[in-house]
Amino acid sequence: MKSPIKSDVLPGTVGEGLSARGVSRREFLAFCTSLTAMLALPPAMAGVMAEAISRARRQSVIWLSFQECTGCTESLTRSHAPTLENLIFDLISLDYHHTLQAASGEAAEHARIQSMKDNDGRYLLIVDGSIPMGNPGFSTIAGISNYDMLMETAKGAAAIVAVGTCAAYGGLPGASPNPTSAVSVGELIRDKPVINVPGCPPIPVVMTGVLAHFLTFGSIPELDAQGRPRSFYGETIHDRCYRRPFYDQGKFAQSFDDEAARHGWCLFKLGCKGPVTYNACATTKWNDGISFPIQSGHGCIGCSEPNFWDAGPLYSALSMPVSATSAMLEGAAAIGAAAGVAITWHNRKTKSAAKAAHETVTVQELIREDK
Amino acid sequence: MNPLDLLTFARGSAMNWALMIFLAGIVLRLFEIVGLGRKHDLSRARTVTTGSGWRTVFMRSWPAAGMIKRDPVTYLAGYVFHIGLLIVVFCYAPHIDFIRSMTGLNWRGLPSTLVDAMALVSIIALLVLLAHRLTNPVKRLLSGFGDYLAWGLTLLPLLTGYLAFHHQLFEYTLMLSLHLFSVELLLVLLPFTKLFHSFTVFLSRWYNGEMAARKGVVS
Repeated sequence: MKSPIKSDVLPGTVGEGLSARGVSRREFLAFCTSLTAMLALPPAMAGVMAEAISRARRQSVIWLSFQECTGCTESLTRSHAPTLENLIFDLISLDYHHTLQAASGEAAEHARIQSMKDNDGRYLLIVDGSIPMGNPGFSTIAGISNYDMLMETAKGAAAIVAVGTCAAYGGLPGASPNPTSAVSVGELIRDKPVINVPGCPPIPVVMTGVLAHFLTFGSIPELDAQGRPRSFYGETIHDRCYRRPFYDQGKFAQSFDDEAARHGWCLFKLGCKGPVTYNACATTKWNDGISFPIQSGHGCIGCSEPNFWDAGPLYSALSMPVSATSAMLEGAAAIGAAAGVAITWHNRKTKSAAKAAHETVTVQELIREDK
Repeated sequence: MNPLDLLTFARGSAMNWALMIFLAGIVLRLFEIVGLGRKHDLSRARTVTTGSGWRTVFMRSWPAAGMIKRDPVTYLAGYVFHIGLLIVVFCYAPHIDFIRSMTGLNWRGLPSTLVDAMALVSIIALLVLLAHRLTNPVKRLLSGFGDYLAWGLTLLPLLTGYLAFHHQLFEYTLMLSLHLFSVELLLVLLPFTKLFHSFTVFLSRWYNGEMAARKGVVS
């Protein structure tokens, strides 16, 4: 039988919200235990986290969407209804979000300004999408350029989360030739902690993990050199891939529909970028842990890595050159042959000259004069 | 520049230039060597030379009688290194894919763990050969900068590849980039160093076999 999350839940807290939605304490503890494990925290922290999140006031969150496709929001809100992940997500105070808010126009902008004023220095700023630095008119909201809105909103934020590869690294808008001169959040904000949660889209539980960490400790999790939470982005897809034994055995699919592919062999030769992609897809998986791209038969495209769009063809093996052409190589061979002929001609000329300059010596010439 | 950008550069422009210099260099050197020509030998051959060159091509792969006993380190470590290197270069699936993308040729690779073991064995053999070169007075006197350069150029791709495979030293993407750069350095310098023997070995064996036979030493 389910018991309420806590009998003494405080009004206006996450705990109260969860309790009202019928989430049992057991379920919530189990959720916190898995989050603790994924964040690489000691097991004892599960209880602390459950307590902290339950008692936390609804965290004010402002979500800014710039040059993006709304895929990140879709990923987080439609992950697998109804999960604890999106319950937590519902229970934050999402004060501003284009796609999800009911208000529009002046009222929407007023909500953002009001939240910034009420929660100055405490609100969490989530950004998805890159920021165009070319013409400010490339992307505006309520007549405000993305750059101005980001800088204005970032001022009073406790921390900033760049959700999705576009916000974290520029993503698709920033790919060559980058027509809008798109940049990431981290390239513009230097005086605040920026947590990158890349992925196209990112895994919902990673987002929840970052929020849970922030609610529990009031700080951001440990980040790697690319600004990503180390606990989720610490290992490559390849290292945690269930198809890894086939790689080790040298068993590879040669095409997407051959016998090897049907046997579930490694997709390296079909362009899988798992070996150079740091993400948690192979362990947390997607859609409530059902599957992830490689399990569905398609190689990893490396969507959580900076500039992955420009990292060569998606369907070329990682060990293949990205832009070498046979014309290029034939040209090099032709140049080599021409140079070889020139050197040969020079060598032969030297030999002929030496031969021509050779003077024959007679026996008489060798006779010593004193004899 | 993040590690993936570095890898893309290593797989892109850097690789293109390395491959072009490598190919141009190989063709140039072969033209140069073959184009030198030899003076026509006016003397009558002392023995029948038929097939002597071709026999030498294969026979030189086996040690002459008693040589293994006289210099076991050079012979055994030499065999282990060369066979190990051939397996690593031509039997590792990602390497086969690299060659396939250039030539269209394709064949079945060996299990990665076996290739990994061969890489380690080859590295050890190279270290043994260096130690022997430094400690054996005759070999040390015979060795010059070109020999140590060839040794270093060969070791680097093996070592960086091994470290990348085992996620040692640096994270994988960066280590893989370093591996590719070491291969590119090898490609660029191979035609112009002693490593060019990989292209002339059979040509020179054939020539030596033919010439030796003309002078009375039939293989």
